[in-house]
Amino acid sequence: MSKIIMRQMKESQAGTISAIKVGGELGRRIRDMGLVPGTAIKIQGRAPLYDPVALKVMGFTLTLRNNEAEHIEVEVE
Amino acid sequence: MEPTIALAGNPNSGKTTLFNALTGARQHVGNYPGVTVEKKEGSYRHKGKRINIVDLPGTYSLTAYSVEEIVARDFLITEKPEVVIDIVDSSNLERNLYLAIQFLEMGVPLVLSLNMIDVAKTRGIEIDTQKLSELLGVPAVSTVARTGQGKEELMGAALSKAKESETIAPLVISYGDDLDKALGEMEAKIKAQDFLTDLYPARWVALKYLENDSQILEKGRKLNPDLAAKLEVMVQKVSAHLHNTLATEPEALISDHRYGFINALLKQGVIHRQYDQNRLYTSDKIDTVLTHRFLGPLIMLSVVMGLYQFTFTYSEMPVGWLEGFFGWLGDLASTHLPDGLFKSLVVSGIIDGVGGVLGFVPIIMFMFFGISILEDSGYLARVAYMLDRVFRMFGLHGNSVMAFIVSGGIAGGCAVPGVMATRTLRSPRERLATLLTAPFMNCGAKLPVFALLIAAFFAEKEAVAMFVITLIAWGGSLLAAKLLRMTVIKGAATPFVMELPPYRFPTFKGLIIHTWERTWQYIKKAGTVILGIAIILWAMMTFPGLPDSKVKEFGEQRTAITMAAPEYVVQEMLSADENPEFSNAAQDLKERLQVINQAEAEAGLKYSLAGRIGIVLEGITQLAGFDWRTNIALVGGFAAKEIVVSTLGTAYSLGEVDPEESESLSDALANSPAWSPLVACSLIIFTIFYAPCFVAVVCIAREAGSWKWGAFSMAFNTLFAFVLAILVFQIGKAMGY
Repeated sequence: MSKIIMRQMKESQAGTISAIKVGGELGRRIRDMGLVPGTAIKIQGRAPLYDPVALKVMGFTLTLRNNEAEHIEVEVE
Repeated sequence: MEPTIALAGNPNSGKTTLFNALTGARQHVGNYPGVTVEKKEGSYRHKGKRINIVDLPGTYSLTAYSVEEIVARDFLITEKPEVVIDIVDSSNLERNLYLAIQFLEMGVPLVLSLNMIDVAKTRGIEIDTQKLSELLGVPAVSTVARTGQGKEELMGAALSKAKESETIAPLVISYGDDLDKALGEMEAKIKAQDFLTDLYPARWVALKYLENDSQILEKGRKLNPDLAAKLEVMVQKVSAHLHNTLATEPEALISDHRYGFINALLKQGVIHRQYDQNRLYTSDKIDTVLTHRFLGPLIMLSVVMGLYQFTFTYSEMPVGWLEGFFGWLGDLASTHLPDGLFKSLVVSGIIDGVGGVLGFVPIIMFMFFGISILEDSGYLARVAYMLDRVFRMFGLHGNSVMAFIVSGGIAGGCAVPGVMATRTLRSPRERLATLLTAPFMNCGAKLPVFALLIAAFFAEKEAVAMFVITLIAWGGSLLAAKLLRMTVIKGAATPFVMELPPYRFPTFKGLIIHTWERTWQYIKKAGTVILGIAIILWAMMTFPGLPDSKVKEFGEQRTAITMAAPEYVVQEMLSADENPEFSNAAQDLKERLQVINQAEAEAGLKYSLAGRIGIVLEGITQLAGFDWRTNIALVGGFAAKEIVVSTLGTAYSLGEVDPEESESLSDALANSPAWSPLVACSLIIFTIFYAPCFVAVVCIAREAGSWKWGAFSMAFNTLFAFVLAILVFQIGKAMGY
């Protein structure tokens, strides 16, 4: 088990969110969509220009820009 | 009194589909006061009783960060609907309940609609509706909005909820020891002074203080600065404590606990899943192709091209019918009204003006139909996803591409539907930047101007010239957007955090309703203003009329020519209707009279207000190589860009030149000493970038929510265009062209 930043995760890699390190509007938007510590996520893919990133969370698909995924810490196998 | 039921829910939860299923065509769209968020209202009959239904904007939460969320919660507070139906996507229950429990915390009378229960079933998700209803203490009905399943039962549940007279106790969730303690203390203070409690539950106000909610903080400071300051200090204290002990902040802790509450709730046997939650569904499999690194962009390109083709090719026929009808009406008025100002007003002002407004209607309808398909199917979100990286560099959003393409990103579009297409953008700053720069694209009305100038000066390189013009428009739009985002619309990029909804087949009913309501808004609102401006423009190019002495002079010239001709030739010419085959002499006479008529028209135009403006401006516009004739034409182009061609024709004494057949005019320009390829380049640049036609300006003002932005787009674009045109002309001149 190790903690990495979501931005560095590879396609199909799964993990559990351990921390959201941003506040304000962005932090709020991220949390509102269910990305809170303890949530399981799985990277689904990236846009053709490698940004944004698409991930599976609670059964739906969410997209985030890389610079937004930078604030999310994920515990991976 | 008719009860009001508000529909709330996450975007993509099927809320609008349910609204359409309930109200059908009995709905109308307006705006919430002061903002550009659409307000949809309609009515529904349940057992003979009329119920008023309001479709609130789709939101994920109830913060003060977005206009939609503020609008939704303000509506609940000020209008106090009898019941709120929260439409929940059953296949995505956890996230959807996040909004539901926020409603319960506000103490609104809630009924849950567990929508898309069929999708949930195919995904192996089983929901115990009864259990969920018991645990949350609210009625819950499973529905399928697309087919209308559960609709009656849902409305029945809502109406019996509306009849309950007891006040609803807000839901209380535990937010952990630290926050609970702070909440308790704050709640006591709030209750003691009746601070905002006429509007909100006391605990909810305390929660919003902890969440740092800008709207509530502001209201509090105005109402009771003393208590507001005290509450803010309490929040600071607990924030500092949380920061030191848990390295977190109240806002984060609150959402963590809300999701914790939902998880605990669902674990009590509410939900049974057959498969792993994050397994891939059909929709994800489609995405592996549609958002594929190489295939994705290619498919997107063809979809966008397809939308464009659909909009402009299929609307051609109805546009033609409308043009034909207004042409016929104009002819009818021309033949039956006596010559004079009134006739000119009716034909050139009113009929042309109304025709101009309605001429856009088929294009707008087709565009919205196409975009609704992309939007309702879920593809539009993929477009934003794939293009975001590119458009973000310029301070825009991935979905900006639709507005750009429709406006003429593929030459020949139209800025009016283009500006209206920005409605699909939910990021306010990005949306504003898009709708201000999309009119730089080469709309169909600019093309005759380019065609004229290219034919006159660059005839041998037609295709290359058109391609370069398209590139210039794109480059200019994106750079202008960047410029705007760094100056007048400054501000960080709106967080992208976006859901890619599962692909769905759009319902035909939904598409038709979508298309019609947006088109009708255009006709209703824009129509009146546009007619007014059309008349003003007509007046500018008509008044003041030539002084009597001048009119007499032209009259005398005509008389002189007619007198000089033999009587039988004059007779032959006057009997034109019956005998279109003229003898040479009669033809000659007719042409000589025509020359005088056209000279009179030129003199009249020069004498009019528009002409005078053109002449006054010549001093400055010489810097870009434009003489007074070009200036008048450009003033006329504010009515519609293709008018530049016909006005130039009048200014060059060629009569009104048909924009589609401008050979005579392009010859005149090519031979005129005032023109050169360099002047043509400068004018092309100016035409691309200067003020949008006034129909587009009216739409910009409407979509941006303020006339300020309409005025801004006229001033900014004209200045931007003029600076570029001067650069082209002066640098070109210095280089010896």
